[in-house]
Amino acid sequence: MEIKKITILGGYGRNGEKEQVDQVDLGMGELLSVVGPTGSGKTALINDIGLFADEDTPSRRRILINDAAPSEDFLDDPAKNPIALITQHTGFLSDMKVSHFLDIHARVRKRGNPDSVVADILDFANQLTGEPIILDSTMTELSGGQSRALLIADAVIIGNSPIILLDEIENAGINLTRALEMLRKYEKIFIFVTHDPRITLSSDYRIVMKGGAMQDAITTSPEEKRIGEKVTDMDKIIVGLRDRISSGEHMLEKEFQAIMELVWLT
Amino acid sequence: MKLIMCAGPPTSGKTTVLRQVVRRLLKKGRRLAYLKVDVQFADEDELFRNELGIPAKKVYSGELCPDHASVLVLGDAVKWAEEQGTDLIVETAGLCLRCAPYIDGSLGIVVLEATSGMNLPRKIGAMLTLADIAVVTKIDLVSQAEREVFRANILDAAQIDVLEADALRGIGIDRLVRRIERAEDIKRPLILKGSPPVGTCTICAGKKNIGWEHHFGVLRTLDSDLFYRGE
Repeated sequence: MEIKKITILGGYGRNGEKEQVDQVDLGMGELLSVVGPTGSGKTALINDIGLFADEDTPSRRRILINDAAPSEDFLDDPAKNPIALITQHTGFLSDMKVSHFLDIHARVRKRGNPDSVVADILDFANQLTGEPIILDSTMTELSGGQSRALLIADAVIIGNSPIILLDEIENAGINLTRALEMLRKYEKIFIFVTHDPRITLSSDYRIVMKGGAMQDAITTSPEEKRIGEKVTDMDKIIVGLRDRISSGEHMLEKEFQAIMELVWLT
Repeated sequence: MKLIMCAGPPTSGKTTVLRQVVRRLLKKGRRLAYLKVDVQFADEDELFRNELGIPAKKVYSGELCPDHASVLVLGDAVKWAEEQGTDLIVETAGLCLRCAPYIDGSLGIVVLEATSGMNLPRKIGAMLTLADIAVVTKIDLVSQAEREVFRANILDAAQIDVLEADALRGIGIDRLVRRIERAEDIKRPLILKGSPPVGTCTICAGKKNIGWEHHFGVLRTLDSDLFYRGE
């Protein structure tokens, strides 16, 4: 089934009042950010999407795919599920080898030759992590960052899902700028739950959450997109600093001053 | 009347699932009664009686195996429910991994938690393989990829329907409710689906010495197959 569009039909916030935003439509290739303070209902919103809510979750929202109620097959057969949801879990519970886990998952999602799929996933994931993931380690041995990197790679390559939901990947301990660059090579619908201005300002739209409800839906202006690029530059400087300190270098005030001036120039 | 038999390891969320199911079925106008079978303590009957207002009973199996106890009392419990014109929901103790409490013509539900380890489906035998539906709970605690691999491991062990739920928040329960509504009425005679393994041995009877040399009946050594010793 070709996915062209996903629709969120508003339900009710925690106070029982109807959500301000009653409908959000996203077309193929579009990026949406979900923003709002902790506890405002961001994760619940993407969980609603991931579960194809049909007025059967606490928010009473509904999700439509291509303007119609989603097929029950989406929930019963992972091979038909068009959504990959990357939750905030940074630990695995499965006491099995990475290679075995990926083998089974590739079989479940019916993705081509498992050997080449596993190699592709490892290659993708290891571009995002500090220390590379080793296929012979068990899932439970992976660090938080390695787990998230593996899940992102798994969603893109094994899931090959047209709709990808990512919950706060900025907290994942992975190289975020690299992750965004790699993800955007794929033509998909991306929905990010995020506190990160880089992600938000580079999205096409953002939903602002409050009290469990969708409070506002904002289209990113061209001006905001330009600001987003500057914020990304600023972040590169911070990441550069972080990497140097992490690798044991000493910092000098004079040098820091020069970096700050560079920031002002941009 | 419909007979719903629910099994599953302790803490897997059987009660939470059934509570959500009962609440929805009552709203749809179904009449229900609840029986809890447990070994030495249970207070779920009070919850179903007080919070949901349905007739509820509990049975302690004590020295008996709880699934054997369920076989003994279920005939009476079905009559009890029939007399009041209700369906019967039975929540079992969920301790034994060799027996299964399901009855021919009942709807057997096994509740498994997504966090319980990938090999669980292969460890629990008849409790899973003789069920009609597996409900996987606590899905909010694991990644989608792990959920999908866990589902595959269940389907490798048993060809049954798998439904995923976050029972605390009532997510995924409506689909289970629809399955229950479609379940057939029970027919007599009531017959247990699977045969329980041998239940009477010298260990059951209270002889506690360690080592097969001290016992009679069907025995085995560390390296041998089963053999019989006795009169």
